[in-house]
Amino acid sequence: MRFPILIGLSMLLPVSSLAAELTVSVEVPRLNVAEYHRPYVALWLEHADTGEITSLSVWYDLNLRNREGEKWLKDMRQWWRRDGRSLTFPVDSVSSATRPVGHHTLTFVPGESPLNALPDGDYRLLVEAAREVGGREVLTLPFTWPVSAAHTVEAQGEHELGAVSLTVAP
Amino acid sequence: MNTTATRLLLPALALGSALLLPLTAQAHRGWILPAATTLSSEDAWVTFDGAISNDIFHTDYAPLRLNNLEVAGPNGEAITVHNAHTGKYRSTFDLNLTERGTYRISAVNTGIFASWEENGERKRWRGSAEEFANAVPRRAKKLEVTEFSRRLETYVTAGAPDKSVFVTEGTGLTLAPDTHPNDLFAGETARFRFLIDGKPAAGASVEVIPGGMRYRNHQDLETLTTDEDGYLSIQWPGAGMYWIGASYDDDQASRRGARRHASYSGTFEVLPD
Repeated sequence: MRFPILIGLSMLLPVSSLAAELTVSVEVPRLNVAEYHRPYVALWLEHADTGEITSLSVWYDLNLRNREGEKWLKDMRQWWRRDGRSLTFPVDSVSSATRPVGHHTLTFVPGESPLNALPDGDYRLLVEAAREVGGREVLTLPFTWPVSAAHTVEAQGEHELGAVSLTVAP
Repeated sequence: MNTTATRLLLPALALGSALLLPLTAQAHRGWILPAATTLSSEDAWVTFDGAISNDIFHTDYAPLRLNNLEVAGPNGEAITVHNAHTGKYRSTFDLNLTERGTYRISAVNTGIFASWEENGERKRWRGSAEEFANAVPRRAKKLEVTEFSRRLETYVTAGAPDKSVFVTEGTGLTLAPDTHPNDLFAGETARFRFLIDGKPAAGASVEVIPGGMRYRNHQDLETLTTDEDGYLSIQWPGAGMYWIGASYDDDQASRRGARRHASYSGTFEVLPD
């Protein structure tokens, strides 16, 4: 009986290494304002040494006629400068609709789009939010890849973003 | 109204004194102010104001005449200006950015300024190089001749900035930027280069003034000088619209014995980091 179980465990090992992932939780805060619009949000990675930028997710208004929603992408200024302005929209596996107030969890797996290859090194995850008739805020969450044990980095927004966390799992 | 830059040509008389003011009245500054410099949509529109004013970006003196307005698109082609209008204190026009890249908006004026003495009286004349021979007596007493070039510019970018509109063979004082003018951020240093008739403009005097001077007690004017290769570095104190005025003088005019005077005024947007 032991033998098959051992086989089973060894079979599981490659599977568990494939479970490496980045889990990001972004809170869209409830704001008490006269005119509320859902924020545009961009999430991207910056590699400290190579400067390589990887856009992970961009939430904007995809449903407006004539792609009018793209007009405001530039308001996420740092993301627009780092990556957005060189992209053609919508971007597969990156573009998505704006999201309502609440906590939103996104999972990114190395080797899969949009993360794809994740070379070793020090990274920054940036989360930038901009809101029509509102403000703009950028949060930075540093991490190092790869990791030996799962751990979480947290940041707290003050205006346009609420709690943001990143869990990196080996 | 749809008008191209060439169709905006007005009678030569409309080369109003307002456009030539910096030769005489330093307080008046010309500018073209875009409502936005960085655009993200396909088929974006930008609206512009153009004026000569005392306070930067505050329309209090005269409109910019649009007769010499030229717009170059990312491929170098001339771009059609829409809805051109000249009012009491400002001109306005719109641009449709159908291609991705950087657009240069310029109003350029060139000519000759001369002064001399006739019967003990100081005479002044201003006009084109072609008219000069007939208008100014060659052997006039105390004749002083200045070839001038005046350039007002601003730039807008749809998508990613590119530098194809910054040509080096321009006439007068032109901008050949290392740092793209549509990629300026507070706290960063921009490196610009000025050329005079396509060659490095050494020793040009450059004023940097943040907009909104009406709402502060000081001009907050910074004066810089280009180095021997025409370069200068600008450290932006904060985000906002900036006016930059460069002025260059020497005796290397194409006409013998004449002075060469060139000015450049640009509007730049600096974004918060």
